[in-house]
Amino acid sequence: MHELGIMTGVVDSVKAAALEAGATRLLKVSLSVGEMTEAVDTALQFAFEALTDDDPFTKGAQLEVKMIRPCSRCLECGAEYEHDRFSMFCPECDGFVTELIAGREMQIDSIEVDLPEE
Amino acid sequence: MHIDMKQPILAKNDSLAAQLRARFAENHVFVLDILASPGSGKTSTILATIDALRDEFNIAVIEGDIASSVDAEKIKAQGIPAVQINTGGACHLESAMIKRAIDVLDLERLDLIIIENVGNLVCPTDFDLGENAKVMILSVPEGDDKPLKYPGVFQIAEAVILNKVDTMPVFNFNNEAFVESVTRLNPQAPIFPISATTGQGVEEWTNWLADQIRKA
Repeated sequence: MHELGIMTGVVDSVKAAALEAGATRLLKVSLSVGEMTEAVDTALQFAFEALTDDDPFTKGAQLEVKMIRPCSRCLECGAEYEHDRFSMFCPECDGFVTELIAGREMQIDSIEVDLPEE
Repeated sequence: MHIDMKQPILAKNDSLAAQLRARFAENHVFVLDILASPGSGKTSTILATIDALRDEFNIAVIEGDIASSVDAEKIKAQGIPAVQINTGGACHLESAMIKRAIDVLDLERLDLIIIENVGNLVCPTDFDLGENAKVMILSVPEGDDKPLKYPGVFQIAEAVILNKVDTMPVFNFNNEAFVESVTRLNPQAPIFPISATTGQGVEEWTNWLADQIRKA
């Protein structure tokens, strides 16, 4: 439900970056989103479409969402391991003092834009 | 043309949250963000917490709700400063709302600010408010399977409160299964079984909280 709010921030930021580069159109936005966040790909896509559809500058732009698998480091044995959303235990030593090193990110990686012809 | 951005999506919220965190630290205020479903007993738990800690700490409460000031009135009736934020439909609090709320609080004389987030187990988990700790409350009637359905909120919590434990015999709540799934999701978080209205278990919770406030 908060994807619309999140996506409003994304669209504002990418528009500003595209205009600063002198672009005439926004073609594509690439995001990285950790699986441990509460942001859902389909809801992000829906919000993106709703927010880009009525502006000729952004209309038809593509959204690419790369989901990042959670990864933790065990602070007891030092092992680094991927895991799902539900189990954080270290698979090597069963340790439970662990630190999440990936899986909570929400980042705008890059955009593709059209530039005016020379 | 390809333009690299590498910019956090919630950059605006996160940088404001960092500013708030610095301001809280400067004023030696501990900030607790409480996440839970509607009806889980957030306000009752806050009232019980105030009761236990008000002799030692100066406390204020920020109430986040979509509408109404019912909760803030309950807190004010106890002689505790309370600020009501109405999100007007938004499903979570953001740091800009907290910034406006603390403008009316006297940070210098406060030791503890309790933020009661909007009743929601999903969206508030993604928003940093500059707090020292997020704590989540689940109540027994909601069922022991909630950690499996809403893993994010159980993962981000520094501690988990299980409220309304006095109703356990009525609701067929499998405590063992609950503790096991919380422990898998968040092995480091303590679990406090309490009943905010009877007072059962409240002391263990408030002792833990008092320790966190003193350590901060």
